[in-house]
Amino acid sequence: MSVLLDIQGLSKSYPGVKANDDVSFQIQEGEIHALLGENGAGKSTLVKMIYGLVRPDSGTMVLNGEKFAPPKPFFARQKGVSMVFQHFSLFEALTVAENITLGMDVAPNRKELSAQIRKVSNEYGLPLDPDRLIGDLSVGERQRVEIIRCLLQDPRLLIMDEPTSVLTPQEVDTLFGTLRKLSENGVAILYISHKLDEIKALCDHATVLRMGKVVDTCIPANETARSMAEMMIGGELEIHAATEFTPGAEALRVEDLNLASKDPFGTSLKNVSFTLRKGEILGIGGVAGNGQDEILAALSGEEKVTPETILLGGKAIGGDGPNARREKGLLSAPEERLGHAAAPMMTLTQNAFLTGRIRKNLAPNGVINHRKTTGFAEEIVKKFDVRTPGVHVAAKALSGGNLQKFVIGREVLQSPEVLVVNQPTWGVDAAAAASIRQALRQLAVSGAAVIVISQDLDELMEISDTFAVLAEGRLSKPQPSDGLSIEEIGLMMGGDLEVANHVDA
Amino acid sequence: MDFSSLNAVAMIVLLIGAATPILLAAIGELVVEKSGVLNLGVEGMMIIGAVTGFIAATTTGSPMLGFVGGAIGGAVVSMLFAFLTQYLLSNQVATGLALTMFGLGMAALIGRNYNGIKPPRAERLDVPGLSDFPILGELLFSHDPIIYFSIVLVFAVWWFLNRSRAGLVLRACGENHDAAHSLGYNVQLIRFGAIMFGGACAGLGGAYVSLIRVPQWTEGMTAGVGWIALAIVVFASWKPWRVILGAYMFGGITILQLSLQALGISISGAYLSMTPYVVTIVVLVIMSADRKRASLNAPACLGRSFHASH
Repeated sequence: MSVLLDIQGLSKSYPGVKANDDVSFQIQEGEIHALLGENGAGKSTLVKMIYGLVRPDSGTMVLNGEKFAPPKPFFARQKGVSMVFQHFSLFEALTVAENITLGMDVAPNRKELSAQIRKVSNEYGLPLDPDRLIGDLSVGERQRVEIIRCLLQDPRLLIMDEPTSVLTPQEVDTLFGTLRKLSENGVAILYISHKLDEIKALCDHATVLRMGKVVDTCIPANETARSMAEMMIGGELEIHAATEFTPGAEALRVEDLNLASKDPFGTSLKNVSFTLRKGEILGIGGVAGNGQDEILAALSGEEKVTPETILLGGKAIGGDGPNARREKGLLSAPEERLGHAAAPMMTLTQNAFLTGRIRKNLAPNGVINHRKTTGFAEEIVKKFDVRTPGVHVAAKALSGGNLQKFVIGREVLQSPEVLVVNQPTWGVDAAAAASIRQALRQLAVSGAAVIVISQDLDELMEISDTFAVLAEGRLSKPQPSDGLSIEEIGLMMGGDLEVANHVDA
Repeated sequence: MDFSSLNAVAMIVLLIGAATPILLAAIGELVVEKSGVLNLGVEGMMIIGAVTGFIAATTTGSPMLGFVGGAIGGAVVSMLFAFLTQYLLSNQVATGLALTMFGLGMAALIGRNYNGIKPPRAERLDVPGLSDFPILGELLFSHDPIIYFSIVLVFAVWWFLNRSRAGLVLRACGENHDAAHSLGYNVQLIRFGAIMFGGACAGLGGAYVSLIRVPQWTEGMTAGVGWIALAIVVFASWKPWRVILGAYMFGGITILQLSLQALGISISGAYLSMTPYVVTIVVLVIMSADRKRASLNAPACLGRSFHASH
């Protein structure tokens, strides 16, 4: 094996932050190389420099023995560097073939391209129909589109940013098969993920970043997930054991909830029923796009439903809007941090006010009590270890993980009776994720009921007392999380309700 | 009531004439909206096109140069909108409304010495033999060249959007500008070009009003045609062929109400004059009723400003 990409002393600064500081490492041909680090450690900036989206301040890269300094992604792609983004750059209203054409610099005509797509997708075990609309595809299938778009350009290096965070276990297996095949064919893969078990199973080498610097390298197969996590945070990882679950009185009951999705590519909810007791954490698993956004909207009050279908402490609240529900103790934190859970251009104080007004009584007589609101925002920042220069900064200036801590903290500190969270740790590093889970756990211990909607099965298994799966808008019957195997859950997520019923019985 | 004076063939010819300015403006706006930009200044660009086209035609004595002048006039004012919205990131709705008001005022100022002048006449197509053919000759071979051009233009736009790579890139910008940017496309430049094309089409439509439809220059002579064109883009669900349908339907209702007024029907003229507009509103309500379908066809980034974050 010879060196494919040699990175020497790469640095990049943004106002106030050194995103990358003298980063050096090498990627061999055909190797699967992991890039590890907490949120804000500088992984994204680093790969953006390799892909030509960001230009380094100093340092050099050598690709295949040639100096490599792509001013634009176009040049990177020409040299054989491709990237699959965490947030796909796909166009929902266009077909698979059209999406792939757009990502190629020299595209063959339609027929030829369709034939190529079919050929490559079968070769690597990623079946795809070129004529389908992206909007009709599952998340796993969308990722295939991105991967095939890259593969059609014969890459030498494939960069993958958090590729498995939204896949079912079976889809992850398929993806790993594809990646191993690619690696056998000599394609190097730079793999970014928070899931250390996956890195252990898949990657040949790992480079660990902390605060923009390379702090360690390792061979993942010789490490444990815990030891790698400690390299990332540079200290001991605190893992809190699950506490004993003693269910209390009924907190929330949902009966036969139906909701037609407003999104043309969304999933409608069909006869969703469950009961949630005080002190219980219900984990709702399932592949994204199976009704998660809709169930959050129905529970938060963004979508009003028949009053009797949602009962909070025995009272019908289905017809109430979000504020009325907040007043009664049903709080929620949606998945999309910027634009849904928080207003990007508003300060943390203002964002704290937006959901805390009623329960924290921040605006008595309709006038904002500024001191009290600032105090509330500062309390969130302090108790949830939100790293920010102050509460006066705009929400969008925070990194994803920090904003997520703020969003969850804001709801937890309003002492809800029932809290609904969607993807509480999406894109959040291990240490922050652990502290968010701990906060939710404590909330449940104090007597509140919590619903965690997530695609991260390990997370659901760790945190939830009871577990249900959302598949095509239907919710399986919640059952104790103990004794469920990941395989069974994976099949349920794929929509196999027979397994669900079997597990049920 | 005596309907015998309504000559069907003559009415269709009139209908096509009434529909053409709408068709031109609407097909231009369709391209603009497909790129993700909502330009509400169609009316303003049309009136500018009407006056610059009129001036170009009367000064040079050539109606064809008049049409070229109208298209250039429309394109130039649209650049103002493009610069403000694409590079200074101003709000598209507010800027579009301002463009309409600016255009109306500006056109009145430029055209104040041209009131009451007759422009040179545009020759109609006259194919010996074919044009004299009864009915069909009159229907198909007796129009002015711009009418044929407008039909060809619709076909060209359809081909561009659905068959060419450049058209696909333009649609991609309208669907998801962040993704288009991350793939390395210059969203601002593409939108700038689309806005200019829309301006040229609206200007051409305006020149058609002042050179053929009326033909003379008076202030505010486009009389809301630009707004109708905007509505027709929605009516057509952003599909070029349906723009023809919408424009001709609107033209038909306009001509029909004029004919009914001429017949002296006992309904007040005011009600008849408002029918085309009322019908447009009703059709829009029906089209928008099914939110799912409407949002499926609309470009997902329509009206949203794009700012590259890296």
